[in-house]
Amino acid sequence: MHPIRKQRLILVSLMVVLSSVAIGLVAFALRDNINLFYPPADVMAGKAPTDRTIRLGGMVVKGSIERSETELDTTFWVTDYEASVAVRYSGILPDLFAEGEGVVAEGMLDASGTLVATQVLAKHDENYMPPEVAAALEGKTAPAEGTALP
Amino acid sequence: MIPELGHVALIIAFVLAMGLAVVPLWGTVRHDIAAMNMAPSLALGVTVFVGMAFALLATSFLQDDFSVAVVAANSNSLLPPIFKFSALWGNHEGSLLLWVLILSGWMTAVAYFSRGLPLEMVARVLSVMGMVAVGFLAFSLLTSNPFERLLPNTPLDGNDLNPLLQDPGLIIHPPLLYMGYVGLSVPFAFAIAALLGGRLDASWARWSRPWTNVAWGFLSLGIMLGSWWAYYELGWGGWWFWDPVENASFMPWLMGTALVHSLAATEKRGVFRSWTVLLAIFAFSLSLLGTFLVRSGVLTSVHAFAADPERGLFILIFLALVVGGSLLLYALRVPSVASRVSYTGVSRESLLMINNLVFTVATVVVLLGTLFPLVMDAFSLGKYSVGPPYFNAVFVPLMALVMPFMTVGPLSRWREDSAKRWLHELLVPGIGVLVAALVLASLGSDGFNIWIALAVLLSGWVALGVIKDLWRRIASAPDRELKWRRLSPSFIGMTLAHLGFAAVVLGAVVVTQENQERDLRMAVGDVEELGGYRFELLRLGQQAGPNYLADQAVFEVTRDGQVIAGLVPEKRRYFASGQIMTEAAIDASLWRDLYIALGEPIGENAWAVRLQYKPMVRWLWLGSLMIGFGALVTVLDRRYRSQTARKPLPAAGVAGLAS
Repeated sequence: MHPIRKQRLILVSLMVVLSSVAIGLVAFALRDNINLFYPPADVMAGKAPTDRTIRLGGMVVKGSIERSETELDTTFWVTDYEASVAVRYSGILPDLFAEGEGVVAEGMLDASGTLVATQVLAKHDENYMPPEVAAALEGKTAPAEGTALP
Repeated sequence: MIPELGHVALIIAFVLAMGLAVVPLWGTVRHDIAAMNMAPSLALGVTVFVGMAFALLATSFLQDDFSVAVVAANSNSLLPPIFKFSALWGNHEGSLLLWVLILSGWMTAVAYFSRGLPLEMVARVLSVMGMVAVGFLAFSLLTSNPFERLLPNTPLDGNDLNPLLQDPGLIIHPPLLYMGYVGLSVPFAFAIAALLGGRLDASWARWSRPWTNVAWGFLSLGIMLGSWWAYYELGWGGWWFWDPVENASFMPWLMGTALVHSLAATEKRGVFRSWTVLLAIFAFSLSLLGTFLVRSGVLTSVHAFAADPERGLFILIFLALVVGGSLLLYALRVPSVASRVSYTGVSRESLLMINNLVFTVATVVVLLGTLFPLVMDAFSLGKYSVGPPYFNAVFVPLMALVMPFMTVGPLSRWREDSAKRWLHELLVPGIGVLVAALVLASLGSDGFNIWIALAVLLSGWVALGVIKDLWRRIASAPDRELKWRRLSPSFIGMTLAHLGFAAVVLGAVVVTQENQERDLRMAVGDVEELGGYRFELLRLGQQAGPNYLADQAVFEVTRDGQVIAGLVPEKRRYFASGQIMTEAAIDASLWRDLYIALGEPIGENAWAVRLQYKPMVRWLWLGSLMIGFGALVTVLDRRYRSQTARKPLPAAGVAGLAS
């Protein structure tokens, strides 16, 4: 075969092999490694799956944080001012995790509708709000202090 | 007054950059030597005025001029001076100014070191860089003016710098990273200049190569520092999160890696020419994309600070112009004739091609994972997040795929080689590495670990090829002088970088596999064992810093009764913002890190504590340092020096500015 044609043949076959490997890997990895984001209202409406990891985002309900005195377990409620979902987390929470602040929790819903979180993300500076949380809260206003949350 | 002067300086720089973008290029069309000769002077002019603007903004920061919006939002009178200075680039407006300053620095460097190049080439390269500068100066002036004033409502004190950023790592991480990001504009400008001039030859590759290596080296160092900073500052002990903004800097690096290797083939053998041009365009486009991702606030990330859609739109349009324009030029001008140089399937060219394909595919899969959530969101198909499992599943096999070839690469011959020779060279040492891998992987805490075995095998294999090549060069030289001469800077650089890569892979796999971590509640007097070390919480205390108050926990770490280290992790509360910050305590060594971070207090006299034992985590950063310095060393090579010193400088210096 002509050397230049042979060169092209090698190049093309390499590219075909590599791209199929890449496509295979991407398809395999995307199958169960992407998480959908749900605001609390969707979770309460039963729209969120219970058999896979989801992301839940909203504001931490004031006065809802309960820490164990002996363990690292913490439970708190996340709200989008329409509905609230309980979150249970065992471990160290981020520095900026606080009542009345935005939060994104990642984990699976258990039978009682509590999100068992494997990761809790809080914002990284005072003025920043995760875009998902901002979108989830869009058009909803925080009720006045002291009003009971749904 | 000072901020206004800075604003004026920035506007003058903008006008000069416009001149740089137009005049020399026009000169190349009209063959007007005087116009082309203006390029270096204009480049220097832009640098001087951007430098002035930068210095004036720095002055505002150091003088606590809170009437300047950026200063009020990001500084505070209690902030230590060094952080007042680095606060300049701890925000959008200031970091953009740093971007432009570094770009103009690169322009001046190109003007200075390219005196020996044909005048038309220099004029075109500097003009293209001038266009980039125009884009970013316009961006700065129109959407993010760093000199905006808060008058008459001047605050009494500033908002303070985000405590996460009050750290020595932040003083050098962004400048180094930007050196890399922006440095990729040089090979881009060379590529565009070559397309404009219709000259894609070996000398073009030789001019562009040292610049690419330096930019890529800085990018490696910048990414490494970012990873190290995240490790000790965020308090989780992680070193890479596949965070979109990390990916934004990683994608140009991956593309740059392909570019560095393909330029080698283009320079030495004249092959892959049009491909190299394409890589140079893509690498810089990914830099711009990274800037867009970081600066538009479309992402959830550590780095995404306040969002502004107008800014995002500006960069998006600029990105479209750069990518669209260069690809159009590429399509019109790239020589339709394929290169006539031939090589066989078993040759160094083929191995470099494999490198290029793998790194390009790796860039594409990272890009896909990074943009997927954005695209889905843009089409209202749901809010997704793509996390580390995706990237690990896709990226790790690709790197494993390229490593076997990395060993053969340096040993192989150009044009034609034989598999038999490779086998002959590598069979015995290969078996040695295999045995070593099997033995070392069985030494871990819980029996044989297949991943460590693979990592030792692949890293050992890469290191082996490099060492064998080194040995062959030295051993075959008849006398000492020749021995040294054979170790050219470009060879040493390559050796360092490949060894560094092997070290990174080994460190990454070992720390991922053998990491031990425990989150627990510890009261004074409690003892915990981890990784063979005994951690005892001795006492709790408080300590005041310049602008914060810290809760401290004093730990003593012992092993077999011997004191290894005293570690004092802190939880700081910053006065100005009231923000809480974890300051981890780390005992570092080559083979393992001990890492303690505080969570929050639990009851009386007790804290939530995170203890970590991280074996070989330092290898990651040592390896990255080797990669970065390896790349920087290559430019000392004699063949790059001789080409620039060939002719005396035609016109440089400020004198040209007046004419």
